[in-house]
Amino acid sequence: MSVIKAVNLVKIYSGGAVPVPAVRGVDLQVEPGEFVAIMGPSGSGKSTLVHMLGGLDARTSGEIWLDDKRVDTLSESAWALLRRKKIGFVFQFFNLVANMTVADNVELPALLAGASPREARERRQNLLGALNLSERADAAPGQLSGGEQQRVALARALANQPSVLLADEPTGNLDSRNTRDVLRLLTEVHKDGQTIIMVTHDARVAALADRLVSLFDGAIVDDGRIARRRTGTAGEVIDLR
Amino acid sequence: MRPHLLALLAKEPAHGYELKQALEQTFGSAYPSPNIGQIYVTLGRLEKDGLVRAVDVEQSNRPNKKVYYLTAKGRESLTTWVEEPTEGPRVRDEFFMKLVLAPLTGIADRMALINRQRRHYLSLMSDLNDLLARTPAADRVALLLIEGAMLHLQADLEWLERCQEDLA
Repeated sequence: MSVIKAVNLVKIYSGGAVPVPAVRGVDLQVEPGEFVAIMGPSGSGKSTLVHMLGGLDARTSGEIWLDDKRVDTLSESAWALLRRKKIGFVFQFFNLVANMTVADNVELPALLAGASPREARERRQNLLGALNLSERADAAPGQLSGGEQQRVALARALANQPSVLLADEPTGNLDSRNTRDVLRLLTEVHKDGQTIIMVTHDARVAALADRLVSLFDGAIVDDGRIARRRTGTAGEVIDLR
Repeated sequence: MRPHLLALLAKEPAHGYELKQALEQTFGSAYPSPNIGQIYVTLGRLEKDGLVRAVDVEQSNRPNKKVYYLTAKGRESLTTWVEEPTEGPRVRDEFFMKLVLAPLTGIADRMALINRQRRHYLSLMSDLNDLLARTPAADRVALLLIEGAMLHLQADLEWLERCQEDLA
């Protein structure tokens, strides 16, 4: 059973003078626990694809299946309900609620998904702990650095234990130290079985994935596994000339 | 390895085994454990070229050991090595040649070549991720080496994307 399946998915933006095809017939199937990186030049349709998978952008044609239920035909409000329960989203810009504390930002999605206040609190404490943010729980998002805010956004996306975590350039404006924190958490949740689909330009982040899907001009031009091969010390892995 | 040994000898005279230890201490895991035989061979060549000289030091109960020190000529050679600009990575590499020649042969199309190469680079990156996670924070030289390799790979991947946009 796949977590997410797209069948001949098409998106054509028809707002302007000429209709612009952004995604041209994508077939994609993601199995439970898989970590898929989506890469491609800008304008290749990566973001549009992930937004459609999460119901944030309506498809023009084709099918989307989530946990073996067809979801592309859902109304906007039904999508909203589904997202609360089954989908976690992280974007390049964190979109935290400014007048709520960090703790409340993270607990909210769990509560909306139907968790009890106690469950939501425990989950929040675990996630913030894993991200070294426990001490910032009572702060407002505005008091946090960019890297901290992105980690909070990641914690929030994971708070409802989603079937799939969808991420669009989640390390897009982080420095390398903050990127490392996000990498560590992604590695951990993936190890715990979290299904992840992530658009990224950052090769370090993409390299965490099991599988790479390359988009070009709105179509999948490559879909295959990322091999893990060599172990050894820095001097052995990196050839010194 | 020649200039590396010259640099270590510029600090203080040493025998072969001490040079091996010094390499290990200086580079941490960034240097694939230096081969003692190779060190002696290199020292022999440096001596022949007049860049180092050796003196026999007597040891009780053991054969004499050779302690090497830098000559004026050796110091000059070391200075030249340090001061001359270092070549950057070559970009007309094997993959570039394949990419340009592939369509002529009809054996593979460029899109397929680029896609395969991209996954190869990502798998190298994944090895580096693992390596970075396993390398202790105190091994700073190794960390710098790994970060450098990662940045090179990131640039290679961006270049692949450029190739794809341009040639495909």
